Amino acid sequence: MSAVPDTIPLQQRLAARGVDGLTLLVLPAVLFLLALFVYPFLYGLVLSFNPKSGGALANYTKFFSDSFLYGTIATTLWLALPVTFLTLLFAVPIAFRVRLLQHQRLLTTLLVIPITLGTVLVAQGLLNYLGPQGWFNRTLLTLGLISTPIKLLHNYWGVVISLVITGFPFTFLLTLSYLSGIDPALERAAATLGAGPWQRFKTIMFPLLLPGLAITFCLSFVQAFSVFPSAVLLGAPAGPTRVISIAAYQAAFEEYDYSMASAVAMIMGVVQLGIVVLILSARGLLYRGPAGGGKG
Amino acid sequence: MTIHAANFHELRLDRLSRDFGTHNALKDVSLTIKKGEFIALLGPSGCGKSTTLNLIAGLLPATGGGIWLDDKRIDPLRPEERGFGMVFQNYALFPHMNVRRNIGFGLKMRGLPKAEIDKRVDEAAALVRLQSQVDKLPGQLSGGQQQRVAIARAIVVEPPLVLMDEPLSNLDAKLRLEMRAEIRRIHNTLGATTIYVTHDQEEALSLADRIVVMRDGEVRQVGVPEDLFSRPDHLDVAEFMGFRNVVVGRVTSVDGGVAQVSVGSASVTGRVRSAVAAGAACHVAIRPEDLNPSTEGGLKATIISTEFRGREFVGFARMQDGTDLSFLAHTKLEPGTSVTLGADPERVLVFGGGAA
Repeated sequence: MSAVPDTIPLQQRLAARGVDGLTLLVLPAVLFLLALFVYPFLYGLVLSFNPKSGGALANYTKFFSDSFLYGTIATTLWLALPVTFLTLLFAVPIAFRVRLLQHQRLLTTLLVIPITLGTVLVAQGLLNYLGPQGWFNRTLLTLGLISTPIKLLHNYWGVVISLVITGFPFTFLLTLSYLSGIDPALERAAATLGAGPWQRFKTIMFPLLLPGLAITFCLSFVQAFSVFPSAVLLGAPAGPTRVISIAAYQAAFEEYDYSMASAVAMIMGVVQLGIVVLILSARGLLYRGPAGGGKG
Repeated sequence: MTIHAANFHELRLDRLSRDFGTHNALKDVSLTIKKGEFIALLGPSGCGKSTTLNLIAGLLPATGGGIWLDDKRIDPLRPEERGFGMVFQNYALFPHMNVRRNIGFGLKMRGLPKAEIDKRVDEAAALVRLQSQVDKLPGQLSGGQQQRVAIARAIVVEPPLVLMDEPLSNLDAKLRLEMRAEIRRIHNTLGATTIYVTHDQEEALSLADRIVVMRDGEVRQVGVPEDLFSRPDHLDVAEFMGFRNVVVGRVTSVDGGVAQVSVGSASVTGRVRSAVAAGAACHVAIRPEDLNPSTEGGLKATIISTEFRGREFVGFARMQDGTDLSFLAHTKLEPGTSVTLGADPERVLVFGGGAA
């Protein structure tokens, strides 16, 4: 009996835990992440506690005592949250419709084009389209619906519109993929049991889609929260759309205070993280199992 | 028992058709189903049986014909307005609802008071023997239990018609036998009317009052199981009913319902099932269990192999024209030896047509 060694070779024990030669393939990604994310983040974090003058917390004290600075948090949230809700509000019904279409590919491609255009091009287009002399106002004026052009540029609404347009494709695609993951037999089963379209949505599809929507919300929100180009191009960067990334930009490239800029970036990260954690913990309360109706 | 089936006389499919683009999935299917019947739609995959079921349920629109429940035309109605219970092949249980809410879903949609829903869910759960599982999620149940939930959910609303789409195909062999008996028991207890889609002829034969055999989107034959089993009208139906040996021959004489057929150098006698004339080509169909080695002449073939099946041997042999035969033997036969296979003329069927 004692002839059998009572230790299992290290290699075998590691393999049992999923560590083997193949694990080395993860190294490039880890290096990449360290170099491009972890290092800059830690560098910024340390930098933010080494202000140009004052103690370690001077940057943070400055930020939270100047309404011109801390106000940007509310301004950004006031943009990012409604924009995220709006994109979801558009994406869900459109995804429900597109899911049933025969030429789904074509429509999906059309809806996704804004992603490839980039924020700046969309902003440029909107400047022409929504301007006082743009098609939008001219059409409304010609139809006699308005007597003076509606101001949709260089204010809150300009930024909202552009963010919804650029954010929509991503939100839509994610929603569509979550929706396609729900077994279509469930909806048919609900129909044979007497549930009309609204009841099917309310009791079957929406609850099963909700965990996916929470993830979609987080990702879309993070995108909208870091808004910079459209806030500058289409908004009023000195006032109502002075978002937090503008504050960071000004600290870094107008005042050349990298330490302060890093502090702003850290605060930005904490706010984003706060919202995401809030949404994800709410998601934890939902049913998150498979969205299939039984054995395949 | 307060759960019972809703009242109606008959469901009528009137020249029902369905096209998918250019493909004709269902062609002019007419069928009348009486209250209380257990009907099996039987056929190979792609024969239109599931399409028929989906048309009745309202999950697919028909492209021709109509569906009538007594004198009410129901094919323009949406599925939620028809009120038929349906059991899906993959069960389609709502994964985020526990068993109680799954079973009660249809009752809730009908706006019943909660006390009534609870009472009827309890009864339905008892009927499918799942009383102790009502608080579990579907994902925590075994396949057989999930299937019971699906059945309970469909019948608890007391539908005039219960539609089942290959409900046992995802279960293992033992469970399938159990659930088969269960389904028939529930059907009898409720006095329900059931339309059951399957590709398994044994399932159809053992469950149904009447079997509808379908092929290529058309109804081939409708009849009680005993009739279909011993007197199929079509070669297709015969093959589906276990007449696995089909040989091509030429009719030498017809006398009443009995035909003499020459197959190669041999002569076979059988019952005529579809129009044949002396001198014309025909098909002869025989079940493997009715074909045995014989000393009185019959089909000549060479043994390929034999398999031991406990009480007897199943033999495989090839005729000179290349047709394969399977038969039953009481002794093991050596591959390569010749054999003469004969069958009781009562159990040999002759169908007109074919080229010989």
